[in-house]
Amino acid sequence: MNEDITEIIKEPLNIDTVAAPHHVKPEKSVIAVGTKNLTVWFNERKGIEDINIDIKKDTVTAIIGPSGCGKSTFLRALNFMHDLTPGARVTGELNILGRNINDYNGVEIRKKVGMVFQKPNPFPTMSIYDNVISGLKLNGRYKKDFYDETVESSLVQAGLWSEVKDRLKVSAYNLSGGQQQRLCIARTLAVKPEIILMDEPTSALDPISTGSIENAIHDLKKKFTIIIVTHNMQQAARVSDHTAYFYLGKLIEHSKTSTVFTKPKEKLTEEYITGKFG
Amino acid sequence: MEAAELLGNSGNLKRRKVINIIMLTLSVISALAAIIPLVYIFFYTAAAGISSINLDFFTELPKPVGEPGGGIANAIIGSIEIVGIGAAFGIPVGLLAGIYVAEYSKTMVANLVKFVTDVLSGIPSIIVGIFAYGVIVLQSKNFSAFAGGFALGILMIPTVTRMTEEMLKLVPLSLREASLALGIPRWKTTLRIVLRTASGGIITGILLAIARAAGETAPLLFTSFGNSFWAESLDSPTASLPVQIFNYAISPYEEWHNKAWAGAFVLITLVFVISLIVRIITKNKFHQSV
Repeated sequence: MNEDITEIIKEPLNIDTVAAPHHVKPEKSVIAVGTKNLTVWFNERKGIEDINIDIKKDTVTAIIGPSGCGKSTFLRALNFMHDLTPGARVTGELNILGRNINDYNGVEIRKKVGMVFQKPNPFPTMSIYDNVISGLKLNGRYKKDFYDETVESSLVQAGLWSEVKDRLKVSAYNLSGGQQQRLCIARTLAVKPEIILMDEPTSALDPISTGSIENAIHDLKKKFTIIIVTHNMQQAARVSDHTAYFYLGKLIEHSKTSTVFTKPKEKLTEEYITGKFG
Repeated sequence: MEAAELLGNSGNLKRRKVINIIMLTLSVISALAAIIPLVYIFFYTAAAGISSINLDFFTELPKPVGEPGGGIANAIIGSIEIVGIGAAFGIPVGLLAGIYVAEYSKTMVANLVKFVTDVLSGIPSIIVGIFAYGVIVLQSKNFSAFAGGFALGILMIPTVTRMTEEMLKLVPLSLREASLALGIPRWKTTLRIVLRTASGGIITGILLAIARAAGETAPLLFTSFGNSFWAESLDSPTASLPVQIFNYAISPYEEWHNKAWAGAFVLITLVFVISLIVRIITKNKFHQSV
């Protein structure tokens, strides 16, 4: 989207043809992820069906729903992780950062759309430092100063810097589970994505670690669009601006978190939120 | 039942403790039983061969019967050459085949490769020797280190392939996903993340293959043949430790028998030293590989 903006600015001003004022930055209204009839197939079975959703830039969107409703399937469609699953294919339209996905391939899109997984998965053969820069190092060569800066800024953003700054060269496996998960967030941030997908990032962690990750999410949404799948309704209420409720592979409701939790439009949503099933 | 009763010294607990002790003892005995042959072979060979080992043994050519002194320098160097050629050919092929089978295991070709390597590992080594004889010696019209190395290389392939495959499959999918999610292409993920994580086990497999190949006699009998002198080139008959040991051992001379023991001791030590060096060079500073 940034490119589109600069292109507009580069064009000579022509009062007659340009209707909208150029100085208005449309950032807040920009759509980071938009889908039209997005369907993921596993052989002949539909994992999710006809998902139409627009997710705004620099917001946190929580995806909730009972197990098997397609939350993770939806999330993994956004960074092409289904490429790895034999028999999986994605149909429909997917727009990432204002571009149709056909303009990207999987590798390119994953640089823009990072992902944090359910279980912390740091690289076991690397130090904390090397884990953070792994995405950069394996995709190109940079100066050591740049690596140093990136390690510090990424770990600060993930809320881990103060805990590890004196032992960056030790194995990532020496960290606790919660620290490992924040390291994985830092590793994702180091590649400078614009969208971060989180697939139940705290379900394997204790409440205190969960708290520090939620704090990190809170700080991160100033710069990143975050989409978080969670089983924890309180977490969805705490961290997200918008909430999407999935059920049986369909998007039932998507609206402001406060609306979804206080006066949901759909009966299914209400039943799930009030604990009648799920 | 009361908690105190559960924790108390009931009959069941005694029985469990006794069974525990019996099984633990059996495990320790089995572990020792596994070590004893190696230790015994090592010291027996050393004791029998040590009298023939001196500096000349490592630097001189073999001498005829009756002449004192002499060594097996040509066989030591020959073995290193032949095993080196075998490793240079067998390890890359085995490694790449193992990667293919592990990372693309759903394809027909992968299943075929798996089946063929299993069959190959069951083929007696002398048959592989005959194959190398037919393919290389008969074509080039002379015995050579190349032919011996080719035979040993083929023997290494199944071990390296299967070991690589098994070790790569132990690397959890979550690490592959983590790497791909950073925008790292699949080939780099395989090479720099998956292979590196599995490196400890793969190196063990490679060392096993080298150790086994270094001790093979049968496939060398009609490929590298043997030589009482320095080999002129890699393309001429070359002495090797196993063949030299074999020749000394089947001779009727006491003196040569001692040399056979000494040669065996050198062979064991050589394999041990190679393993040690490779381990030190490739040691992962975090000891975290699978």
